[in-house]
Amino acid sequence: MIKEWFKSGSPWIWLNAAAVSTCLIMVVGVLGLIFARGVGHFWASPIVQLSYQEDDGQIKTIIGEHVDSSVTPAVMAKSAGFVLSDNEDVLIQYLMKTGNRDLTGSDFRWIQERHVKKQTEPENLISVERREWGNFYGQLTAVKENGNVIASGDKAWDVLQERLKVALELHEQIAHLEKKEIGSINYNLEQLRLAQRALELKNAWNPAKAKEFSDKKAAYDVDYKRYQAQTAELYQKIRRDSLVATTESGAELVIPLSKVVEVTRPNKMGVFSKIGHYVQKLGAFLSEDPREANTEGGIFPAIFGTIMMVIMMSVIVTPFGVIAAVYLREYAKQGFTTRLIRIAVNNLAGVPSVVYGVFGLGFFVYILGGKIDELFFPEFSPAPVFGTPGLLWSSVTLALLTLPVVIVSTEEGLARVPKAIREGSLALGATKIETLWRTVLPMASPAMMTGLILAVARAAGEVAPLMLVGVVKLAPTLPLDGNYPFLHLDRKFMHLGFHIYDVGFQSPNVEAARPLVYATSLLLVVVIIGLNLSAILIRNHLREKYRALEG
Amino acid sequence: MSTQEARSHSFDASSILRSTEVSNEPVEPCIKVENFNLFYGKKQALHGVNMEMPKKKVTAFIGPSGCGKSTLLRCINRMNDLVDNVTIEGKILLHDDNIYDKTINVAALRRRVGMVFQKPNPFPKSIFENVTYGLRIQGINDKQLLEETVETSLRGAALWDEVKDRLNENALGLSGGQQQRLVIARAIAVSPEVLLLDEPTSALDPISTLKVEELTNELKEKFTIVIVTHNMQQAARVSDYTAFMYMGELIEIGPTSQLFTNPTKKQTEDYITGRYG
Repeated sequence: MIKEWFKSGSPWIWLNAAAVSTCLIMVVGVLGLIFARGVGHFWASPIVQLSYQEDDGQIKTIIGEHVDSSVTPAVMAKSAGFVLSDNEDVLIQYLMKTGNRDLTGSDFRWIQERHVKKQTEPENLISVERREWGNFYGQLTAVKENGNVIASGDKAWDVLQERLKVALELHEQIAHLEKKEIGSINYNLEQLRLAQRALELKNAWNPAKAKEFSDKKAAYDVDYKRYQAQTAELYQKIRRDSLVATTESGAELVIPLSKVVEVTRPNKMGVFSKIGHYVQKLGAFLSEDPREANTEGGIFPAIFGTIMMVIMMSVIVTPFGVIAAVYLREYAKQGFTTRLIRIAVNNLAGVPSVVYGVFGLGFFVYILGGKIDELFFPEFSPAPVFGTPGLLWSSVTLALLTLPVVIVSTEEGLARVPKAIREGSLALGATKIETLWRTVLPMASPAMMTGLILAVARAAGEVAPLMLVGVVKLAPTLPLDGNYPFLHLDRKFMHLGFHIYDVGFQSPNVEAARPLVYATSLLLVVVIIGLNLSAILIRNHLREKYRALEG
Repeated sequence: MSTQEARSHSFDASSILRSTEVSNEPVEPCIKVENFNLFYGKKQALHGVNMEMPKKKVTAFIGPSGCGKSTLLRCINRMNDLVDNVTIEGKILLHDDNIYDKTINVAALRRRVGMVFQKPNPFPKSIFENVTYGLRIQGINDKQLLEETVETSLRGAALWDEVKDRLNENALGLSGGQQQRLVIARAIAVSPEVLLLDEPTSALDPISTLKVEELTNELKEKFTIVIVTHNMQQAARVSDYTAFMYMGELIEIGPTSQLFTNPTKKQTEDYITGRYG
């Protein structure tokens, strides 16, 4: 019987099915976990108010969001030092986000479920997202203008919303002035200084030039003063209003509106307003700069940096890989040497990525970058331009890292172009190079795209080498902006993969950052899938176009 | 065994020969092969071949598989250069120019000597682009000229009526026979002097084969044609001259009618009567 069953091949099919389903479960599991943990972060969860009996018997009020629960068996809990009565067989604990870090010293605390005496969700509880010190939870009591109460009690909420709207607009204007206008003036002044330095180094600095430069400088200074005055005015306006709120312990706290991002009353929000809020928060996450050591705010610079770096990497790796593959497959004499080179290239793909980082730092950054600075940017000295980690070197290092996959798949693509096609072209009087350009390379282009897809998939997720050659925790400026020459290859940049590491492991407030880790991971996956999908679409289009001869 | 008897075992060549008369008009040679030897590494594939292929006639190479007929054909436009380890001795003259001379530009030579292969090999491009490929290589991009050439070439290959409305469609969408005629059109678009056909119908169905054979007859008005075939009926049907090759040697060459009805060599007779091969 058993023998028959084995002979029928069923066990084999079952084994295959099991392997496939395991893979599927793992993939779905990873994505599902990241998704479930990541997307929930922006949902306005209700604020609960608890009457809680502390260990010393005092009853206190705790206000906060419920974040997590844990269930510990009584035996384990006892051995961990909890005092439990005999009839309790488990210890249930809740992790509460209580906020108010400026007052209590921590955002989170674990509480024991058995000590919760009463739980309510009062509608008037507010959650204030602040630019500093994390969230505040409490009750709104009044709104102040220049220190004088202008609304209190029930009226305070509407007035607060109005005032906050104004404050946010002002904040945006200030940010624009500081980052764009004043930033641009600073950039131009720096360029002016460098130009002067360059002229001095060439011994071409003369009074006429000095006059010209000081005129330009004066013009910038005038602009600068004007912007500064504007900013000062705006600052004065934004500092005018503040809100007054009471905490769980009844203490009053005055929060200037200039420090507030958003005030919500989640317990009063309906499902639709929560959805609206969710979309708005998600948009902010995708489009804003990070705050508070990356644990709050958005991750736009990291998204931008990742995509920028991947594109740069593709631009570098594709021509190099294709040219190398064409030489290896079409021109080099097939023999021992080419075989050796092929083995070396394949093994290159197996070198740990951090080794590439070390190489990139040692060779590209210090040697190559140092030389470039010496030759082309003497005026920057002693500050390095390319002699320091940056976007260019990151892209080049990752291009090196992904070169083998591009070479290997391009070679395979070239090998798959039928001999008949080459002969057909040659027989029409085309030279080898014409045949290559007009027929063979287009027909191999889907394979090149496959190589590029693999390269992108690998490069976008790579973190270790980037830490050595250009990624930073917080980049003050994007590598692409409105200042000439627009694309700044020498700048350091932010990267989603590194951001996950940084937020998850290096941040001062790990608990608060954890949902952000999941959200960022999800985003990284989405970015990679997006990049890959676009490459796959292009490839499928090419495949359709250059469908190889059948049979 | 008499020739008469032997023929009854095989086929009646006289019934399909286009003319049994050997014409007496003077024959102007187009290609001359002189003392030609070819080696693949150490192995000799062609042994001292001497022959002439007359201008604007169809010359067929017949012989059993591996006899070197395709190798010889591929030497005429130097396609054998692509194979590693090939050495040649002797000369092939195209109108008195030795094509193996060092000063010969191979690409230019191939423009003069077009070739059609066993399997249709259109490029994965539009029909129009396929036909104009050779012209574009020569740097001709004048739209009107290209369009004219496409029409004349496709008419020349008896394909125009079938594809004139879909010139911009991918050539791979055509049937096998159409593809082969497209490849012929592509070859004649660069107006070569010689057209080499390497078993052009072996991958085609009988109707397509017939069309290509008819086409060969028309094309010889303009081109010198050399055709390799292992189908003796085909050689008898389309060619003016036939060369029989065996084991890398040219056994016999002569007017087709003569070779099929009255071969001078025993080996030729054995082959055409179906004794071997």
